[in-house]
Amino acid sequence: MRTRAALLILGDGRLPSGGYAHSGGLEQAIRQGWVNDVDGLRDFLRGRLHTTGLMNAAFAAAAWHSVGDRSDAEARAGSGVITSEVEAALAELDAELLARTPSPALRRIGAWLGTLLLRSMRSIHPHPLLEEFPKGLQQPLVYGVIGRVLGLDAADTAAVVLHEAVTGPATAAVKLMHIDPFQAHGAVIDLAADLDAAADKAAELGRGSAAEIPALSAPLSDFASELHEGDNVRLFAS
Amino acid sequence: MSTGKRALRLGIAGPVGTGKSSSIANICTALAEEFRIGVITNDIYTDEDARFLKAAGVLPEERIRAVETGACPHTAIRDDVSMNLLAVEALEEDFDPLDIVLIESGGDNLTATFSPALVDAQLFVLDVAGGGDVARKGGPGIGRADLLVINKIDLGPHVDVDVEQMLADARDAREGGPVLGVSRKQEDTVHALADWVREVHARFVKGDHTPVDPGPMAPHFHADEDAEGGGFMHTHEEGEAAHAH
Repeated sequence: MRTRAALLILGDGRLPSGGYAHSGGLEQAIRQGWVNDVDGLRDFLRGRLHTTGLMNAAFAAAAWHSVGDRSDAEARAGSGVITSEVEAALAELDAELLARTPSPALRRIGAWLGTLLLRSMRSIHPHPLLEEFPKGLQQPLVYGVIGRVLGLDAADTAAVVLHEAVTGPATAAVKLMHIDPFQAHGAVIDLAADLDAAADKAAELGRGSAAEIPALSAPLSDFASELHEGDNVRLFAS
Repeated sequence: MSTGKRALRLGIAGPVGTGKSSSIANICTALAEEFRIGVITNDIYTDEDARFLKAAGVLPEERIRAVETGACPHTAIRDDVSMNLLAVEALEEDFDPLDIVLIESGGDNLTATFSPALVDAQLFVLDVAGGGDVARKGGPGIGRADLLVINKIDLGPHVDVDVEQMLADARDAREGGPVLGVSRKQEDTVHALADWVREVHARFVKGDHTPVDPGPMAPHFHADEDAEGGGFMHTHEEGEAAHAH
């Protein structure tokens, strides 16, 4: 179990990679009156887990599979550890994920958060796979390669993406709503079994062809991010 | 850090409303002919400060960029500088070469200072209208930023603050470190601010500049039921592992 500590570090909200500036669409959902109380938050988080959360986690697992086992990458530093085949597979995954993300704002945010995560991890844990990883890809794909670098398996890598998908908005909720912070974390804990099951499912989905990953979209989430772009007074960037 | 090969990164921190944006406007107005300058603003709500600076017309608009900090301006300059670092690097790349990048912190409290991972030097801005006693409160920004600016000194008589006394208090709190009283209505004070930036830049380019970390925290108390006295006081000395507060 040499990866247990690495898994916890990667999933820790304090990992400096810029995620704290985003509410995962919750701020706008509150503004629009779609989420009003802790029950609304629970529904929001559950919905996110089973739609974009699971889908993004599946793409992280797919990227993990695409990169392949590179445990020897460090030894071969500087000599094309990301082959052109891998690069093409990652580009295809990125295109498939974008095709499942209708909102231009969400696409931009996904690329920005991916860039931030990659930039941070390159400094935190320098590794040839991260050095050579293509720029501008969506955040879940970056999680995929980081999972490989840290020696996590596909399901654990997916679990980090799912964890971020629900803890991000739950943490933001405390700043955005009249809500007891203990209840906000309670809402996350209540989803623990669902999160575990989704991580396994994502790992399985990520094993197949990218085109076969289901388009688990959440249309209101796309609307929320577009509305948020035009909102002049906001606490969170998304 | 100070190789002089990239732009000097200068942070501007201080509480809300003390004049961080207008200090940046002053610096840009005074130095725009001399240096290629870029600005990153950190707002609590959207891009108000970036819009102010763009409206002030002190720099080409495209060289002023806003970073949204998700209601955590403190985090964005200290605990997790990733967003600002990426924004600075992108600005430097897009307008290569730049001489100086100014990074404005979102207005926060007296304890917020920039991480040495983000800036080479930082100035901390207080203002006369915030109260004459604030300089005496000390803390990392007031005590140990590379420069302390006491802004709006022209307002002293209107808010019952003895400006000379406040400047003297500030010098005491900084144990002789540099303090400048500034008013945008008194040209010589703005020139003094610009001179300070010139000096730091010259040192940076020569490789003589050593970044100083004001330090994030004052000595503080940790509750611990089992410990004698119910807890312990400590500081974060160099080499001591960080811990969550």
